[in-house]
Amino acid sequence: MNPFTFARAQDALDAVRLGAVPGSRYLGGGTNLVDLMRETVERPAQLVDVSGLSHTIEERPDGSFLVGAAVKNTALAEHQAVRVRFPMLARAIASGASGQIRNMASVAGNMLQRTRCSYFYDHEGAHCNKRNPGEGCDAIEGVHRMHAVLGASSACIATHPSDMCVALAALDAVVHLQGIDGARQVPFTDFHLLPEDHPERETVLRPGELVTAIALPALAFGANSTYRKVRDRASYAFALVSVAAALEIKDGVVTDVRLALGGVAHKPWRALTLEQMLRGQPASATHFEAAARAEMADAQPLRDNAFKIPLAQRTIVAVLDGLATVRS
Amino acid sequence: MPNTITINGNAVALPDDPRVSLLDFLREHLHLTGTKKGCDQGACGACTVLLDGEQRILSCLALAVQYQGRAITSVEGLAHEGELHPLQQSFIEHDGFQCGYCTPGQLCSALGMEAELRRGVPSYVTQDMASESVAFSEEEVRERMSGNLCRCGAYNGIVAAVTEHHVHLHGAAQAREAS
Repeated sequence: MNPFTFARAQDALDAVRLGAVPGSRYLGGGTNLVDLMRETVERPAQLVDVSGLSHTIEERPDGSFLVGAAVKNTALAEHQAVRVRFPMLARAIASGASGQIRNMASVAGNMLQRTRCSYFYDHEGAHCNKRNPGEGCDAIEGVHRMHAVLGASSACIATHPSDMCVALAALDAVVHLQGIDGARQVPFTDFHLLPEDHPERETVLRPGELVTAIALPALAFGANSTYRKVRDRASYAFALVSVAAALEIKDGVVTDVRLALGGVAHKPWRALTLEQMLRGQPASATHFEAAARAEMADAQPLRDNAFKIPLAQRTIVAVLDGLATVRS
Repeated sequence: MPNTITINGNAVALPDDPRVSLLDFLREHLHLTGTKKGCDQGACGACTVLLDGEQRILSCLALAVQYQGRAITSVEGLAHEGELHPLQQSFIEHDGFQCGYCTPGQLCSALGMEAELRRGVPSYVTQDMASESVAFSEEEVRERMSGNLCRCGAYNGIVAAVTEHHVHLHGAAQAREAS
């Protein structure tokens, strides 16, 4: 690990003042950043510890929530009202990593974790445009069974590893940010970027900008939601494909739906095509299958990950079928 | 706040170098070698310790300086006045280990898991996320302990030991209900 200085932020403004120093990185639970620093993939000159910042989960009368950026993953999944209103979020968090890591990891850190692409990690032996822009991508011709089938580019085929973020994308969360020049809010689905020609740019965060909170808007049918994760082993593994979905049905017709996919793209993939197709349609397996096919129509398989396309379609249908059965 | 951390009840000075992980601090600085370094990258759980009494964390991914003023319990802090912790005794009785390398992490993790169950923290296999309590079951134990690998494969013994300890704490009724 390279040497660095360590500073503890007292509040968000203190953090952005400290974070304005070039080479600074914010430290949440450290579960990803400390590992990357040990591998010298990340080499910050200063760590600004923001794990002491807002730990509050504020439930508002309208059914929305404001979740402090430093809230631990376990605390969010454990929150009784979150579990009742957004079971997909609690289940997504519970599916990620291990009990120990969920106790350490913060909400903002979960959002800002880096891809687990092994070529990104292998800074001595592999080429990676995300780690070293312009040097090429060894994953495209390499071991890429876990990699993206949607929204990838010739520069990068990495996936975003988070489960929690898939639920946040489906729930239309809003990211609250604090910069040195003021605060702003960004829709969660606009927060992460597709790789295009610049996979080193992963979010819309400006230099030194800090995530301070996540807002979860009320969703009347959020209670009829779930998260399903398909992986190589039953637990403690990254997703091959995952689905976060909420479904509202009236008289056998889909009146509203939210769905996002994990494990398939550089960012949590909000399935807007599928959602648009399903609204107003009968809640039947035939319609679920047609919408799932349409959502995956632009998928671009690599040599060894084409299985993700039918797997995603089947998982979508299984999840929607399950939610439709519970409701009817 | 003084520049100290409490380890098994004793306040000790934190390292000057912020690069020192909590794991290396325990093992190399304090010579508490019960906590094990397996992968040093958060994949195996051998380095699990308890934070502030009952929160299980991975000491390999923790920078010691980040835990200033906090209390850490390592496996050395589990026994009390020469008596093994009941969970340690259960591990012996149920052959919850072979080589023993993962055991300190398994023990701390299982104690943290027990606290999470008590609070009603749901897991991925919990049927009803909205339920305020979680029914104890083998499936829950296996899911919740998945962050602790055992290369000897002593998992059946570990599950038996953790189950016995749970019964010891809560009585047999709940465990029977789950089986």
